[in-house]
Amino acid sequence: MALALRNLLRSSARRLQVRSYAAEAPKEGEMALTFAAGNKVFYDKQVVKQIDVPSFSGAFGILPKHVPTLAVLRPGVVTVLENDGKQNKIFVSSGTVTVNDDSSVQVLAEEAHPLENLDRAAAQEALSKAQSEFNSAGNEKAKAEAAIAVEVAEEILKAASA
Amino acid sequence: MLGRIGSGACTQVVAVVNTQQNRNMATLKHISMRLKSVKNIQKITQSMKMVSAAKYTRAERDLKAARPYGEGAVQFYERAEVQAPENDTKQLYVAITSDRGLCGAVHTGVSKVIRFRLQEPGAENIKVICVGDKSRAILQRLYSKHIISVVNEIGRLPPTFLDASKIASGILTSGYDFGSGKIIYNKFKSVVSYAQSDLPLFSQKSVEDAPKLATYDSLDSDVIQSYMEFSLASMVFYALKESACSEQSSRMTAMDNASKNAGEMIDKLTLTFNRTRQAVITRELIEIISGAAALN
Repeated sequence: MALALRNLLRSSARRLQVRSYAAEAPKEGEMALTFAAGNKVFYDKQVVKQIDVPSFSGAFGILPKHVPTLAVLRPGVVTVLENDGKQNKIFVSSGTVTVNDDSSVQVLAEEAHPLENLDRAAAQEALSKAQSEFNSAGNEKAKAEAAIAVEVAEEILKAASA
Repeated sequence: MLGRIGSGACTQVVAVVNTQQNRNMATLKHISMRLKSVKNIQKITQSMKMVSAAKYTRAERDLKAARPYGEGAVQFYERAEVQAPENDTKQLYVAITSDRGLCGAVHTGVSKVIRFRLQEPGAENIKVICVGDKSRAILQRLYSKHIISVVNEIGRLPPTFLDASKIASGILTSGYDFGSGKIIYNKFKSVVSYAQSDLPLFSQKSVEDAPKLATYDSLDSDVIQSYMEFSLASMVFYALKESACSEQSSRMTAMDNASKNAGEMIDKLTLTFNRTRQAVITRELIEIISGAAALN
């Protein structure tokens, strides 16, 4: 019953969308990606093939016509497969992923950098600094903040050495 | 009582003396002093214009990067058709301004939108968070009981995501349990124009009650909460960028106008100065000649 209802909702949403779109907008079955961070815009409503994102509920890949969802990004590498087959790997620290019912995807990150800009030595340094901060943290809040810093540094290190 | 009348009479007398002095030649010194001060002011406004022009180019570049970000953040609320609950009248308004003045009507515009809303009936449950000292200065006299917190040290440096997340966590930990709200900011259109615009704020409950949320897959309240917290920070970040850009462009125009007006004043004062100088010379000549004639 619930499934039927959901399907009904989805199909009605799709019908609506067909009526409202102008000519230059992405066609039915294509996925428009907006990938932006506080420091830079990587994609602005660009049509791509596939996006792999790491989230707190597990890493997942997004293809066109993915079921609408929300997710919270965890530190890690976002892989974007462009229409010409080029793979683009970008490291993100945190943020959100939104997949809408018109197949548009918004990846909003706090900080994002292409993988080639990461420096392994600097990441190592940041990791050891974060770890010592974690060990010397006095209260709960400082401890949680340091734990996040450790997690991010570990992921950067993993991404940079891959 | 008597003293007050006495002092009033005194000021009148002084005023009369002043107007007489203005017609006298002794004002040559005064004119030159005023001329000098207007020239200094013009120098200041000109350099302020240069500074804000440089800051403006940077702000506009930053804004270009932040626009898709802000649009992406509100997209979900639009697509999921989230609506403010009708029975909850608790609203929160966030005024995005800065600490710095001398930039036209940027801050008054934002404050005016909020002031009009507060004048309408049913405004008792509306609370305001002022970002930037200017909106506080404008609103605190009449609506101080609506203001729950103030953020300052905004506008000296370009806004960063860290600033935005601090403001967002301030909004979330303000202890005010709002049903809906708005972020009021100046949306930058071009160098000469901006307009007040708003971004929506929702409570978690209104998002969970949204009619189209059922189409979204695998959601729990934890995800929604984290998602909303982050999207609030993104929206504040975007609003700060828009507001910073409008402010710098508006300051540029304001300072340009001020320099132009100072230039006009300088022209007029120079003319009066030269005329007065000639008049003084003529009078002195007349005095000497008539003195010599009287001796003969």
